[in-house]
Amino acid sequence: MSKTITIDGQVIPFEEGQTIMEAATEAGVYIPHLCHHPEYTPHGSCKLCNVNVNGRTCSACTFPAMEGQQILNDAKDINEERKKITQMLFVEGNHFCPSCEKTGNCQLQAVAYHLNMLDDHFPLFYPHRELDASHAEVLIDHNRCIFCTLCVRASQQKDGKDVFAISGRGINKHLIINAESGLLKDSELEATDQAAHVCPTGAILIKRTGYQVPIGERIYDHTQIDQVSLNSENIQHDN
Amino acid sequence: MTAFIQDLVEKNHYQPTHLLHILRAVQAHYHYIPKDAIEQIARLLAISRTQIMGVIEFYSFFHLSPRGHYEILISDSITDHLLGKHELAAYLEEKLNVKLGEVRADGLVSLDNTSCTGLCDQGPAGLVNGYALSRLDKAKVDQITDLINQQTPLEGWPQALFQVDDNLIRSDLLLSAPIPAGAALQSAFNRGLKETLNELDISGLRGRGGAGFKTATKWKFCSEELNDEHIVVCNADEGEPGTFKDRVLLNSYAHQVFEGMTLCAALIGAQQGFLYLRGEYLHLYDKLEAILAERRQAGLLGQNIVNADFNFDIEICLGAGAYICGEESALIESLEGKMGIPRNRPPYPVTHGYLGKPTVVNNVETFLAAASIAVNGGNWFANIGTDKSKGTKILSICGDCAQPGIYEYPFGTDIQTILDDCGASDVLGVQIGGPSGTFISNKEFSRLLAFEDLATGGSFIVFNQQRNILDVVNNFTHFFAHESCGFCTPCRVGTSLLKNQLDKIVDGHGSAGDVVALEELCQIVKKQSHCGLGQTAANPILTTLERYPELYQAQLKKISYEPGFDLDGALETARRLAKRDDAGAHLAQVEE
Repeated sequence: MSKTITIDGQVIPFEEGQTIMEAATEAGVYIPHLCHHPEYTPHGSCKLCNVNVNGRTCSACTFPAMEGQQILNDAKDINEERKKITQMLFVEGNHFCPSCEKTGNCQLQAVAYHLNMLDDHFPLFYPHRELDASHAEVLIDHNRCIFCTLCVRASQQKDGKDVFAISGRGINKHLIINAESGLLKDSELEATDQAAHVCPTGAILIKRTGYQVPIGERIYDHTQIDQVSLNSENIQHDN
Repeated sequence: MTAFIQDLVEKNHYQPTHLLHILRAVQAHYHYIPKDAIEQIARLLAISRTQIMGVIEFYSFFHLSPRGHYEILISDSITDHLLGKHELAAYLEEKLNVKLGEVRADGLVSLDNTSCTGLCDQGPAGLVNGYALSRLDKAKVDQITDLINQQTPLEGWPQALFQVDDNLIRSDLLLSAPIPAGAALQSAFNRGLKETLNELDISGLRGRGGAGFKTATKWKFCSEELNDEHIVVCNADEGEPGTFKDRVLLNSYAHQVFEGMTLCAALIGAQQGFLYLRGEYLHLYDKLEAILAERRQAGLLGQNIVNADFNFDIEICLGAGAYICGEESALIESLEGKMGIPRNRPPYPVTHGYLGKPTVVNNVETFLAAASIAVNGGNWFANIGTDKSKGTKILSICGDCAQPGIYEYPFGTDIQTILDDCGASDVLGVQIGGPSGTFISNKEFSRLLAFEDLATGGSFIVFNQQRNILDVVNNFTHFFAHESCGFCTPCRVGTSLLKNQLDKIVDGHGSAGDVVALEELCQIVKKQSHCGLGQTAANPILTTLERYPELYQAQLKKISYEPGFDLDGALETARRLAKRDDAGAHLAQVEE
């Protein structure tokens, strides 16, 4: 008999070595997340996937599934706190959805809709952040970076490069580029790199491809992020 | 520069784990980390320049732009505030002709704040080029100003400026009877290693950093890990504001601390140990290296220790200004030459620690106690204290009391006894365990020093009736926002939101809903954060809000709502451009 965990009353089998997130996704249970991506080493930093495991708060993307765990995920108070964490990500940067090319395809926006986020709630920080348009094909708008490190991991783990890193401390942390000049044009990044396509927000965009799909016909305009996420992540898993 | 860096990296054996050592030396030499140095170090260590950039921007003592040849930092701990830090900083600014946070135009001197330097019993304190300055006053500032303006090298400064006293006031079980060097190791090998671990188990010793994990259990778990190498780490990164006991233990009981580490190594099968010394304790570095050399000479470190066919050595690693490195997994990252970001757990350090090897990380005091227990046996220790807290606890007492300093008490001692002993009267409350601990009011002084009641890593700050609690809370809340590593959202954003929200209330801009919003935010930061820093960052607000809700309410305006956006403030640029400051150029946000 295989081992099981229980999420919101649903009994879910898992294999030794799987995280709670992996077991849940396979069973078709969505746990909201932004810094997690099934193809990369889990990071555990955005904390949207925090679940209650036997009374303790744990990040589902990094915490191992263990026999008999009683897990609360889709609960009102947990989702309420997830909404607050999402609001924190919004106020920390400069996210103006109506003027962002990523709108409708943005995971930050989609998670916010999923969690029924209707306002920023917290006072905005309005940080001063730069835009790096130096690269011929790829653009970085630091205003939209949420420090998920997916580009960092994709560059290292998929592209065999080391183009991005996170530097600084606390609220001053920021994404940096591995080039003597610090500019994207002097890095090894190419538009075909995984790292250029993995950004969940509009922080990294491919130039001259904007608005090819009209607003209203984009991924999350029609389907909630939980469905999109479960479908794509399970397809990736099956492959 | 090329030759200097080349030589430096070579001395560090081209080890990326030594990045902090290397950067400390570069910073000391050039007063910043030049870009060319980053490029050269990256090439020589075969690591990316971004890793080096990350480390530089993470630690407070590294800089990408030049600091003064004399870099002066003033301790910004609440304990320094109580001793007149603000007036002192203003006087320094005036005398040195440089503003806080700036470098003087001639590049000779820079001035800035720094987190608690661990001289809370002899402040206001500071650092000059990393070396501790104690009991600063106007006369000393005058003296320092002259020395700087005459460009006297630090070696030529009067020793009195750097005088750091132990202020050891109450000794008990451990501090009254230090063991002779080698005694713990001899006892352990004579008794048998297994039996000695058993004695440690009987002693009931729990980790002295504050979390209180049972020491024997940790050592046993680590020893059972199958690995060619095990590691012992002594956490001497005591950054909790108000704590300075490790400074005294390393100044006067270092032999015994190193002996405790060596004992641990014998019990878990380690050959390599590290003392992670906070950067603020640079003044202890040479002395500690000398003691290590002495122990090697005496056959207590190195090869074939006490002729027991046992090899072990200890390396000292200096931190560079980051409170988070007191968290054990962040400390391990830092030891590996990286940013001090707490790891995801599991795995825990006892199975995957330094470079993935099984690692024991313990507090300075824990190793000190373990060495004594190895000599005197488990019952000697367990006979003292309470049911769940055996032995004694060493406290760093400071703030409003006649005799600040080090006090060792049996666990189970009540707070009133401690206050009487240190000469504290007219007390408003005590911060137990530092900002991450608990604020108790003067109605709670019958409570006990013990894991089952008031747990503490050793910080004990007394406040008298003249003090304003909100000033204290404000200092602590700013501290956490400054020290958050930024890894997880709830702490990175949450501690800054807490800071801003508390400022709003303290500055008199809070309205009816603001205290409720503050408390709600506290709960999220506490519950959702990745590590102990975030999980305790809201404690100063929560523990005082619980005890003095009226203090917070009294700060609020009598209106139902004030926006976070300052409309009148936003017009400042327009007023400046229009050269207007008449009534018509101001807009009231809300009718009051």
